[in-house]
Amino acid sequence: MTLALAFLNTPRLVHLSTVDMVIIVFYFVLVLAIGFYLKERANTGEDFFMAGREMTAWIAGLSFLSANLGSLELMGWAGASYQYGILATHWYWIGAIPAMLFLALVMMPFYYISKTHSVPGYLKLRFGESSRALSSVCFAFMTVLMSGINMYSMALVLKIILGWNINVSILVSSITVAIYVTLGGLRSAIFNEVLQFILIWAGALLIPILGLIEAGGWTGLKARIAVNASAEYTHMWSTMGHFKDNPMGIHWTGIVFGLAAVISTGYWTTDFLVVQRVLAAKDLRAAKMAPIIGATFKMFVPFIVILPGLLGLALLPMKLMPEAQAIATGGHSYNEVLPLMLARYCGPGLLGLGITALIAGFMSGMAGNVSAFTTVWTYDIYRALIKKDGTDKHYVNMGRLSTIGGVAISIVTAYGVIYFKSIMDYVQALFSFFIAPLFATVIIGMLWKRASPAGGFWGLLAGTGSSIGMWAWVKMDPTALRYVALSPYAKDMAENMYRALWSCLICAFVTVAVSLATTPKPEAELKGLVYGATDIPSETYVSTFHRPWFWAVVVGTIFVVLNIIFW
Amino acid sequence: MKSGGSISIWFFIGISLLVNGLLIFGSGIYELFHIPAHPVVLFNYHASIWWGAILALLGGGYCIYFTPGKGRG
Repeated sequence: MTLALAFLNTPRLVHLSTVDMVIIVFYFVLVLAIGFYLKERANTGEDFFMAGREMTAWIAGLSFLSANLGSLELMGWAGASYQYGILATHWYWIGAIPAMLFLALVMMPFYYISKTHSVPGYLKLRFGESSRALSSVCFAFMTVLMSGINMYSMALVLKIILGWNINVSILVSSITVAIYVTLGGLRSAIFNEVLQFILIWAGALLIPILGLIEAGGWTGLKARIAVNASAEYTHMWSTMGHFKDNPMGIHWTGIVFGLAAVISTGYWTTDFLVVQRVLAAKDLRAAKMAPIIGATFKMFVPFIVILPGLLGLALLPMKLMPEAQAIATGGHSYNEVLPLMLARYCGPGLLGLGITALIAGFMSGMAGNVSAFTTVWTYDIYRALIKKDGTDKHYVNMGRLSTIGGVAISIVTAYGVIYFKSIMDYVQALFSFFIAPLFATVIIGMLWKRASPAGGFWGLLAGTGSSIGMWAWVKMDPTALRYVALSPYAKDMAENMYRALWSCLICAFVTVAVSLATTPKPEAELKGLVYGATDIPSETYVSTFHRPWFWAVVVGTIFVVLNIIFW
Repeated sequence: MKSGGSISIWFFIGISLLVNGLLIFGSGIYELFHIPAHPVVLFNYHASIWWGAILALLGGGYCIYFTPGKGRG
């Protein structure tokens, strides 16, 4: 009764019918059923933490992408496209596709052949225990906090859209994720991510289809946006010659060198949350194909995320506004554009599926964080630093316990964000501190035999420290923005791009300098870890159509053509 | 792909699409005869009917093709 009453409060954006509720409940039942079904297949460490390393390229690839389709992806980028126009697509195309192809073709062989179970695990093999300890502690801490933020975001969205009570949303979603990940481990998380990926498309695809019909196609959409906002909102590159010429306040160098070369490459190649899915592939070819399959679908995600934002700008009768202004005036914020478009076109049933797609997106992000945390905590912290001589069964039990523990910490974080909103900004900033330097450490470790254990550790520490230092400098003295982001006009996103670039370069410089002054590992110990010391299996035995290189070229060509079309 | 046991993940996805598709299709048919007081934009396109049918057919196909015991996936 209390639970039922909890749903009946606060004003809401949409009203669900019985059939909508049935669709949502069915989703939860199916997700839990998959967890219970897979319980029998999660008895060993290899099964629980690595899904038995038997995923096909398709499953690993879709899961790789789905783990990233969390709260920020769906609601945030739809809102960003309403606010900044088609510029937001950079985060899906140049900010993802080249990095995914780079992971597939250059980095995956070393991750896979080394048989590491995690990115910190690779650092242990390449640089030693100190580098692993630094990266695993930072990663575990950040991941579980991000999971909490995901949880809070979902609860907030459900409150705004449906009027659901935040406590109920947090508890129901977290208990569901805890049950299915605890039971089935990574395999269960991956299976559910693939299901969630399909549901996201099934639930969200109608918005752009119907929206384009209403707007009169792409030409009609552009004409309406030119009237409602500006013609620049539908161009991706032509307005990026100066910080002041585009609504995002960013220069093309920030996008190319900050976003594409550092932040995106760092995220897609070293963030264990996504890399873990590919490590579960059944063989090296599947591991190389998985990111390429992910990249193919990633190219089309703007169709269900960016396009609804643009359609909102063209078609919605009301003007959306920043969050704070929306709260003060009782209006709608940018982030509500996706549910507003959903409510515009979707009647009973379709609305339920659309809401299910949103919930699925949030839950896949949350489960991805929790399963990655579990592996890093158990293998890279607990086994490495606390209990080195446990049995396989002991570590599986620790994995299950840490899943529950991770969810519990996430819940605490979610409530922390409710009372201290700034936590969200800090955690996201902290995450960015770590990813850019980590990329420099990993890529130098993979490609340069001379990189030494001391170089890897001090480079990572210097890169992370300098990133935090630059962030604090701008916080204390906002005029420092002209040095960190190269322009006083730069906005938050531009600052992030440049800070990432500098911290990556500092990490690389320190890694190289310290390596040249210290003793490298003997070449025999670098086998399977470094380019030039690793025998990468030849692909001459497979036809051209089965080679990752061929498909990477196809995807890369489509990527270039799309950028030219929307220049 | 059956990396989890004898039931393919695609079978689960088929069930999900089939059930959701049938529910949405049924809602669309109901609305055809009971037009809502405040219909959604482009209601005349009856998206629930054709989208529900597409999902149900796709889901049904997956369920049949990936039925446990057929050795596919």
